[in-house]
Amino acid sequence: MTVRNTPNGFNLNDTGRRVVVDPVTRIEGHMRCEVNIDDDNIIRNAISSGTMWRGLEVILKGRDPRDAWAFVQRICGVCTGTHALTSVRAVEDALKIRIPENANSIRNLMQLSLQVQDHLVHFYHLHALDWVNPVNALKADPAATSALQQSISPHNPKSSPGYFRDTQNRLLKFVESGQLGPFKNGYWTNPAYLLPPEADLMAVTHYLEALDFQKDIMKIRTIFGGKDPHPNWLVGGVPCAINIDGIGANGAINMERLNLVSSIIDRTIAFIDQVYIPDLLAIAQFYKGWLYGGGISGQSLLSYGDIPNNANDYSAANLLMPRGAIINGDLSKVHEVDLADPEQIQEFVPHSWYKYPDESLGLHPWDGVTEPNYRIGPKTKGSRTHIEELDESAKYSWIKAPRWRGHAMEVGPLARYVIGYAQGNKEITEQINFVLKTLDVPVTALFSTLGRTAARGLEAQWAAGKMRYFMDKMIANIKAGDLATANVERWDPETWPSSVKGVGFTEAPRGALGHWLKIENTKIANYQCVVPTTWNGSPRDEQGNIGAFEAALMNTKVERPEEPVEILRTLHSFDPCLACSTHIISPEGTELTQVKVR
Amino acid sequence: MNETFYDVMRRQGITRRSFLKFCSLTAASLGLSPAFAPKIAHAMETKPRIPVLWLHGLECTCCSESFIRSGHPLAKDVILSMLSLDYDDTIMAAAGHNAEAIVDEIVEKYKGNYILAVEGNPPLAEDGMYCIIGGTPFVEQLKYAAESCKAIISWGSCASWGCVQAAKPNPTRATPVHKVPGLADKPIIKVPGCPPIAEVMTAVVAYLLTFDKLPTLDKQGRPQMFYSQRIHDKCYRRPHFDAGQFVEHWDDEAARQGHCLYKMGCKGPTTYNACSTMRWNEGTSFPIQAGHGCIGCSEDGFWDKGSFYERLTDINQFGIEANADAVGGTAAAVVGAGIAAHAGLTALKRAKQSGAEQQ
Repeated sequence: MTVRNTPNGFNLNDTGRRVVVDPVTRIEGHMRCEVNIDDDNIIRNAISSGTMWRGLEVILKGRDPRDAWAFVQRICGVCTGTHALTSVRAVEDALKIRIPENANSIRNLMQLSLQVQDHLVHFYHLHALDWVNPVNALKADPAATSALQQSISPHNPKSSPGYFRDTQNRLLKFVESGQLGPFKNGYWTNPAYLLPPEADLMAVTHYLEALDFQKDIMKIRTIFGGKDPHPNWLVGGVPCAINIDGIGANGAINMERLNLVSSIIDRTIAFIDQVYIPDLLAIAQFYKGWLYGGGISGQSLLSYGDIPNNANDYSAANLLMPRGAIINGDLSKVHEVDLADPEQIQEFVPHSWYKYPDESLGLHPWDGVTEPNYRIGPKTKGSRTHIEELDESAKYSWIKAPRWRGHAMEVGPLARYVIGYAQGNKEITEQINFVLKTLDVPVTALFSTLGRTAARGLEAQWAAGKMRYFMDKMIANIKAGDLATANVERWDPETWPSSVKGVGFTEAPRGALGHWLKIENTKIANYQCVVPTTWNGSPRDEQGNIGAFEAALMNTKVERPEEPVEILRTLHSFDPCLACSTHIISPEGTELTQVKVR
Repeated sequence: MNETFYDVMRRQGITRRSFLKFCSLTAASLGLSPAFAPKIAHAMETKPRIPVLWLHGLECTCCSESFIRSGHPLAKDVILSMLSLDYDDTIMAAAGHNAEAIVDEIVEKYKGNYILAVEGNPPLAEDGMYCIIGGTPFVEQLKYAAESCKAIISWGSCASWGCVQAAKPNPTRATPVHKVPGLADKPIIKVPGCPPIAEVMTAVVAYLLTFDKLPTLDKQGRPQMFYSQRIHDKCYRRPHFDAGQFVEHWDDEAARQGHCLYKMGCKGPTTYNACSTMRWNEGTSFPIQAGHGCIGCSEDGFWDKGSFYERLTDINQFGIEANADAVGGTAAAVVGAGIAAHAGLTALKRAKQSGAEQQ
């Protein structure tokens, strides 16, 4: 294949020089990326390969569905909690269990705090080094840095020249030691970095501040869930009990615990408003001419929605995070999404290291099959255990190819924001318009790596505000006399029907997440997850559609082919999570999975 | 934390002039020319931070996330001032070839003098290609880095025991670090937990740097300073266990008063960790305090020890071999009788008093 037009509108040309990035760093999990660049250093072919698989599918088979949340939470420790929440919803859907209002508010508080912390950590600790040059920060004038800070964030009290000078001195001592730690072998002379030294120093200072602050946000999850990472959850509600002024209240969620949650919420809102958003906008100002990375974001977007306002209602109207699908670039029509419809979500494996009975067909998660099949293609350079270049005409990834009505879709903050914008969501529209006006760019600028990055920041700000909303809502509910946090009517498996199936979903920080399960005679018979990075990191399908990562890299100009700054910058804008993209499913009925253990 | 020799001497009141004289004398005593004095001075003023290669196998990254939750020391201080985190693919700037080159450099330059930290574990099935780094199996990167390291830290239950991917039937043959065939024979510190507590992780690092030796390890290879007592031994709800006061259903009256979670499946009695003393996230809380029983996440094979909601049997209370129901009943009766007696005495006292007042 020399040149091929994909059905989703990209011209793939694999004749140019091949560049390999493996490992892709500053992601969760393991991923490999290969591109072909032409003589003008423009990417004309892109390959995204998931390079890990844990095989959780058979592990869940036969287990108690009430334990499932704990297993699946360990799919990922970065988006810790989102899989657990999805799981308890799937079990509650299957068993028709309704949860109390307070449990809904507490679950939302836990999920929203994850959104905020995960986006914050992603921006500073996983993404920033693609935009910010810490070595350049050493040239900054602390007084000018202070002036910059005060102009973009006048309410931020930490802005004196001395403050920035202290950070600069610490950084200087660190660099002079000759041991550069995480900055070692970085691409610090690459012309792709566009910030003046003062912006670099400001961002590095906030990198350190954000590293300190993020741990405090997660204390909300420790209060309700006992620990973070990996707090505890419960089928039927939440495990923590509320006791405000009864006997023994000091042994439950009481006024002091609620005060702690409330004060963390206030500090979180302030941090996002005073540090994250101003930094995001300042950096965007310098990069707004670099609008590569749109990929399929202008044509195919998907979200399941999340954050139910009232308990037990998962219809689109009750979800504060929007639900819908946009295809063919038509923003005037947002399609309805139904996770139970066998025609909508299907997974394909022609280019993935799995085997289906008939690989021309896609399978809905309730009917899925997972049989690992590690086979490299004939044109692979290297060997089975030493891959030098992948053969993308064959199987090349541990990630499956999910499709919505046959379309490759992008999921994540940008998808949610564009869908919300298209639906006329007031808060989202206001935030987007504010950013477009501040940066003086048209709405089409959203469909880019920069747009994806901006959407993530805006979503963090939105989520922080909603934490205050659900805190207030829960207090009002408690005031009205409702302390319930768990419904145990169907806790005992003896109350369950013999054969049921259910689906649960959340909007994880990285995008739309769904779990489908079947329960037979009180045990899990079948469990499958389709995860955000499965959508975004997807390889090609039978028709030749490329996935979101691959599409976003297309037609990007690379300053220095041996330094993958632009590749990392665009891949990171999706916030890849590869442990998540690992497929997990348990076969229906008989065990179809056969793994040859050598 | 990481004092140079110069710092130590200054602290002891030795002037810089004397320090420089010391360096000259040292050069002479080593048979070196006077030109070496400034070099010795520089070396003693700038002690290198110990390099760390933090590798990731099959994992979920919760150990890294836990590490950055540390309140004391802060993660930023660990990375900027305590050690040299030269390779960690979660936060490092370099990718691909530039990243792999760092492993080669550290292995060569610091032979025998760097720490290998492992998060996650290698799968051995399918020739190791269930976890690929740089086009080759992770197990090869692990063995290569282990060859010349000073010691290995197995972060979390994945590296220590296998954890979730190794739960039955372990399709990828995920293998904990100490059981990897052909791994160099190096001291291994296991720091189990899913994940381990943040301040436990940074304390293990700080111990190594402060005392310049490995902490005392128990028979399973865990630091006994944090893993020698059970959650149950130090649990603040233990008096409720001893008194037979148990939560019977989620959100019942006993739950709202913070009674013992033994009947809700708590694995505290068989789990070794520091959760009930140090607690989580700078001492904010821990699972039992927030109402859910311990799931035993630092123990080997905890995923396969039955449902998290099945209660442990044969737990001794008051030295009696009995299950919780029997003991609960007995304890309640004993306590009840005690209360009745106490109430009776009080009533008698009051009757006497009022009788006295009436007279």
